[in-house]
Amino acid sequence: MDARSIGWAGVFATLLALAIPWFLWGSEQLFAGLPVWLWWHIAWLGLAAIVFRVFVARAWGLWVTDERADEAGTPGR
Amino acid sequence: MSTALQLGIIVGYLLVALAVGLVAYRLTERTAEDFYLASRTFGTVVLLFTVFATLLSAFTFFGGPDNAYSLGPEWILVMGLMDGLIFAVLWYVIGYKQWLLGQREGYVTLGELLDDRFNSRRIRGLVAGVSLFWLFPYVMLQQIGAGAAIEGLTAGAVPFWGGATLITVFMIVYVALAGMRGIAWTDTLQGLFMLAMIWLAFGWVLLAVDGGIGTINAGLQANAPEFFALGGGAYTPQFMLTFAISIALGVTMFPQINQRFFAAKSERVLKRTFTLWPILVLLLFVPAFLLGSWAAGLGIEANVAAGESVLPVLLETYTPTWFAALVIAGAIAAMMSSSDSMLLSGSSYFTRDLYRPFVDPGVSDRREDQLGRIGVVVFAVSALLASLWAQGGGIGAATVGSLLVDIGDLAFGGFAQLAGPVLLALYWSGITRAGMLAGILVPQGLYLAFNFLPETSVSVPVLSDVTLFATNYFGWGISLYLIALGLAVTVLVGMLTSPAPGAKPDLMEVTHRD
Repeated sequence: MDARSIGWAGVFATLLALAIPWFLWGSEQLFAGLPVWLWWHIAWLGLAAIVFRVFVARAWGLWVTDERADEAGTPGR
Repeated sequence: MSTALQLGIIVGYLLVALAVGLVAYRLTERTAEDFYLASRTFGTVVLLFTVFATLLSAFTFFGGPDNAYSLGPEWILVMGLMDGLIFAVLWYVIGYKQWLLGQREGYVTLGELLDDRFNSRRIRGLVAGVSLFWLFPYVMLQQIGAGAAIEGLTAGAVPFWGGATLITVFMIVYVALAGMRGIAWTDTLQGLFMLAMIWLAFGWVLLAVDGGIGTINAGLQANAPEFFALGGGAYTPQFMLTFAISIALGVTMFPQINQRFFAAKSERVLKRTFTLWPILVLLLFVPAFLLGSWAAGLGIEANVAAGESVLPVLLETYTPTWFAALVIAGAIAAMMSSSDSMLLSGSSYFTRDLYRPFVDPGVSDRREDQLGRIGVVVFAVSALLASLWAQGGGIGAATVGSLLVDIGDLAFGGFAQLAGPVLLALYWSGITRAGMLAGILVPQGLYLAFNFLPETSVSVPVLSDVTLFATNYFGWGISLYLIALGLAVTVLVGMLTSPAPGAKPDLMEVTHRD
């Protein structure tokens, strides 16, 4: 496992872990008529879409394709 | 006027779909790969919306808002985590890998891929058999839903069996003609239609309520004050996570979703759909489920437990009749867009993974294409007969709404049990044929036992009494425990056995395409 792999795994784990804002459990606070925990979720999924874009641009293929072959420039069969 | 209008909208919709199907039929090559996968040509918009429309079905309009109405708006978080994030990650980890392998080796079904990897017809047949077992009641569910919706719409003028038969016959003609290409095109239209409708409904209700969100929140404070706080009532962390994880894994193994992983045109398409996914999920679920929980604040009375849906009642109260009719037609369209895809992929599993390997290995491409179309008819008619039987006597008092949730939950959990072994097979060369067979059979058997056998208390020495066959333990659903068990069994048996002759442990190593 290289640093890049661990870094991205951490990013994805964080995205999944906080999609439901556990730290707001029991909170009844409203903002603009909707619960603050709902706003968090909406913003979080928006953030996820941005993070996914960055992942696609910089690390697409990580874990899935054979990186050694890719780096050696072996053409796909 | 409302009934005629609603029927008019539904018939109009059927005619548009049929026209699209005919155009698709003219473009179709007579091969199985084209019938099942539209020759792997889907672009971003079509792939995104065909998965979307197939996946979300009538649940978005009925089951989901009903849950938010009776349990609270936290349902948005469950579905957002499930479909917006976990499914997106699986889209990459399972979907992208399957797509790469499909491009290189020409696979049409998941079973075919596993057969090649483990040199095992038995695994192929088992995956197809298990999938059809769970898919069948799910198709029935859609037919029962459509029959009941049409019966309700016409105030009984068209009886349940008439409505269900009408929809089924239409779907058979449509799917057998159009194949994957036609289905995906209508899915795209439907997806856009659903999105537009739900936002219009959202805006309309907000404007029509005197005092807007303030009035709604005051009503919630009076009728359901517990809706404001995150959690509470049915919502425990265990409940929310069990649903989100189990259903997301199940979704990837549903034949109609899994098969779509093979149908993307290019890597670019997969990348784009992956990044757009969370946004699309937000756009649909937030307004749909908020409407459901707002209905509780607006004092809308709907007997959800008895199968009545809250969204139509809400819309009939706050929007013009024609608009409510449009949304209900949209929901019926959504139901159909799920069922037609299920019929097609169910038929492909049958011909490709059961008929071809076990009955006639030398079947020609053209013949397989014909068989696929016949398979659609057989599958749809058997499901219809079973639905009519179930509705006529067997299930009796159970209503459409509760059926939807009951069988639906079970099917998703059942499919979820396949995800672990498949994920391991895609990524770990140490998995063996015996490991796969055990990893599939053990959790499937136990999942059925825990859901259908009565709870039994067993005395264990030293420990206190242990309850067998409960559907959850410590708040976590049984499906999660069994997914973990399935992973463990697959790995353990894999370590204890050696690869079967002809297995290809290196098959899964893939490189970039473009």
